[in-house]
Parts: sequence; C-alpha cells; structure tokens
Amino acid sequence: MIPAMFDYVRPATLEEALGHLAKYGEDAKVLAGGHSLIPAMKLRLSQPKVVVDIGRIGDLRFIEERDGKIAIGAMTTHYDIESSDLLKRSCPLLPEVADKIGDIQVRNKGTIGGSCVHADPAGDWPAAMLALDAEFEITGPRGSRPVAAKDFFVDMLTSAVEPGEILKLIRLPLTAKTVGYAKFTQKASGFAIAGVAAVVDKARKSVTIGVTGVAAKAYRAAGVESALSGSELSTANIGTASQKAADGVDPLSDIHASAEFRAHLACVQTRRALELAVSRLP
Amino acid sequence: MKTPVKIRVNGTLRESEVEPRLLLVQFLREVCGLTGTHIGCETGVCGACTILVDGQAVKSCTMLAVQADGSEVTTVEGLSRNGKLHPVQEGFWECHGLQCGYCTPGMIMTAVHFLERNASPSRDEIRHALYGNLCRCTGYSHIIDAVEHAAKKGKT
Ligand SMILES: Cc1cc2nc3c(=O)[nH]c(=O)nc-3n(C[C@H](O)[C@H](O)[C@H](O)COP(=O)(O)OP(=O)(O)OC[C@H]3O[C@@H](n4cnc5c(N)ncnc54)[C@H](O)[C@@H]3O)c2cc1C
Ligand code: FES
Ligand code: FES
Repeated sequence: MIPAMFDYVRPATLEEALGHLAKYGEDAKVLAGGHSLIPAMKLRLSQPKVVVDIGRIGDLRFIEERDGKIAIGAMTTHYDIESSDLLKRSCPLLPEVADKIGDIQVRNKGTIGGSCVHADPAGDWPAAMLALDAEFEITGPRGSRPVAAKDFFVDMLTSAVEPGEILKLIRLPLTAKTVGYAKFTQKASGFAIAGVAAVVDKARKSVTIGVTGVAAKAYRAAGVESALSGSELSTANIGTASQKAADGVDPLSDIHASAEFRAHLACVQTRRALELAVSRLP
Repeated sequence: MKTPVKIRVNGTLRESEVEPRLLLVQFLREVCGLTGTHIGCETGVCGACTILVDGQAVKSCTMLAVQADGSEVTTVEGLSRNGKLHPVQEGFWECHGLQCGYCTPGMIMTAVHFLERNASPSRDEIRHALYGNLCRCTGYSHIIDAVEHAAKKGKT
C-alpha cells in the first residue's frame, strides 16, 4: 500500500504555507500528523498532487492560557494534550479525551487540528469541542475568521475549513473538574462507536453534551441538555434524561454496530459521562 | 519529484534522494537495509513497524520518510550498547516475551519509549501502553512480564 505520486513542500511559516495552498488550489492537501491523511492516500481515497507539510511550523504547536481562555495550536499532538498540566488543571476534559484516542504511537503523531478538520464521524475530539463550545480560528487568503464548534463540523469528513485555508488554533473555556468522557471503543482501531463528552456547570445548573461516533457528524444532545436544565442532577434524573441522547438523529449503521445499537449506546454513554462528571462535584 | 533527506539512523547519518511517497519503514528496510523493523499490517494498526523518531514511538508505516528529514531515528538494531542488550530486550529474553518474534521489534520499541515516560508502571499501565501493538502468538502475558522485568532492572 503506497500512495500515488505527489510533490512535497515543507513551509517554515504559516504565510508560506498559505502561499502554496493558493498556488496549487484543489490539487494541494495539508499534511499535519498524517494519521488520517496517509492511510487515506495509501488506499488512494485521497490523491493530492502536492502535499503541504505544516509539521515544522513552530507557532502552531502550543497550549496556553490567554485572556481567560485556553488556546491550543492546531499542530498540538494528542499526547501534548494528554500530558499538559495546565489542561489537567484548567480544562480537564481534554486530557481525559486525549488519553482514550488510539494508542501511544497515534497520540504521539496525531494532532487536534488534523483530527477536527478531518471530521471523522468516529473521531473523539468533535464530542469534546461541541460540549465545550470551542471556537476555531481559521486563516486563509482573506485573513482569519472565527467559527463556533456548532458550525465547524459540517458533515461526514467535512469541516468548515475550505481549500486554501488552514486551521490555526482552537479556543476553549476554562472549566471546573466536573466533566466526563465515556467511550464505547471499536477495539481494533480505538475509534469511538459512541463517545460522549459531558460538561456540568454546577452554578448555572446546566449541562452540555457532545456525542460522536453515532451519526454522520458529531452533535449536541439538545434533548438531554434541556431535560436536565435547572434540575437536580440525581441518578434518576440523569437516567431519564439520557434516554434522549439519540433523539432526532439518524444513527449510522455499519459492520461495527447497527443503527439501533448505536442509538442505545449513545444513551448509555451519555448516562455514564454525566455520572462521571457528577462524581467529580466538590 | 525526488526530495533529498538526511536522517540520522541509530547514530549514522543517512543521506538519500527519495520519492516523497516512500514510507519511513521502506526507507529503513530498503534504503538503509535495516530489516529489524517489521511490516505487519501496513495500515497503522499492528505496531510491528514501531520505531523512535526524536525519542517518540511512532508507526513508521504511517509516516513518510520526508517527514523524518533532519530527525534522529532509533530502530531495534540501535538499542544494544557494546554488545550488551537493552534492559527491555533482556526482559523479552528472560521472560519468554516472544514466540515467532514478528511483533517483537515493535513491542520492544514501544516499551522502551513508554518506560522513559513512566519508569515504574503497573501491569495495567503496561497494557494500556501496548494497546497499539498486536501479537498473534504469546497471549501478551509474557510480554507484560518482560516489560515489568525491564522496569525493575532499570531501577537497580
Ligand atoms: C491506528 C489508528 C487509530 C486511531 N484511533 C483514533 C481514535 O481512537 N480516535 C480518534 O479520534 N482518532 C483516531 N485516529 C486518527 C488520529 O487521531 C489522527 O491523527 C487524526 O484524525 C488526524 O490528525 P492528523 O494530525 O494525523 O491529521 P492528518 O492526517 O495530517 O490530516 C487530516 C486531514 O485534515 C487536514 N488538515 C490537518 N491539519 C490541518 C490544518 N491545521 N488546517 C487545515 N487542514 C488540516 C488534512 O489536509 C487532512 O485532510 C487513529 C488513527 C490511526 C492510524
Ligand atoms: S505495519 Fe505499521 S502498524 Fe502495522
Ligand atoms: S510473537 Fe508472534 S506475533 Fe508476537
């Protein structure tokens, strides 16, 4: 399994990278960690003529606290996130999700930016990005534009990043410890058959729930959120509300799980993620 | 268009002109003649091709040789020192951590990397660390014994 022929460029700066993308248009593909793109190229599902490797653009790989928010560069690896003390303190959902992605080797190479742009329906990050109301900063020939998580994941394998554009960074809120990620894993690959991220805001008595793996794109479980809004987060209430986790979605069906089973898993993992988050209430 | 690469492999600088589509594992096996790194699935799942790039364990079938330009690569051939096996290699020897040996180079490289991050792991942590390395023979128990052995050895 060898990719089709292509030319390779490795820009040193973001401007240079955007220049290559402008020049080659739809023939070009951005290469980040390569752990979705290279497998797709080997299967010849993707045959770019030019690969623009953004792996050495230094200022795309960072985790920082800026103006009361967390900012994470697109080229930050899953392992960088898993091992970040800042995130363990200030946005603990992210290290918890990162630790459950693939395996050590995948986490050493794969990036949060690549994962979000790829928008794999079974990828883990979209659930967390939705639950945290992340904001994506996309840069292109006409400058930068912010995109909210709810508008970022457009469809199966389609994000809001257009050809010629690069995802630069992701902004996330600081949160308390009351978060949880529950994942039913496809054992061979590590991908999510159903992955649910829950964020509990005790002061506002509200929860946000992001679900991945279940439908063509990750979604917010709005039915669960409104059922629990303002109510006590008791085991009984969580159990009842979680039953709404697949309401209004069209679950995927494949060799790993039928649509019916996926809908069931969405509810079970939602309950587990919420119970996990609530168990961390001070 | 061929692209020049300079990759330091087990301490030796290798310079070559390669097609950008050449996988790093092919570079190691076919250009450098280092066949210790195995190709199992070639899809990123089995871990047989695991090596260290700048000290990080990666699957070399899911990386292009051009991505490793300027990097330091360590393969299983580069672990022993003056004819003395690395503690992880010794662990596999002592604890019968292999049968056919196909998965072994990848297992060893992942374990070497993991023990650098966590010098005294529990058995569960070892299992979690080896999630991306498949073995069709041993049933894994002896592999976990081998890594545990190496961790203990490393401390003495
Ligand atoms: C064996 C294996 C197991 C895996 N298990 C899991 C798992 O359990 N959960 C999970 O979520 N993922 C899993 N993955 C996928 C992994 O997380 C990938 O690393 C990730 O999906 C893609 O990130 P990347 O950096 O490798 O991106 P690449 O593969 O380099 O790129 C992916 C796509 O995004 C585009 N792109 C990348 N970065 C940018 C950017 N900054 N701006 C614009 N476009 C960009 C590329 O052009 C490409 O189309 C697995 C992968 C493998 C090989
Ligand atoms: S050969 Fe690379 S992971 Fe199987
Ligand atoms: S020893 Fe045969 S595959 Fe592991």
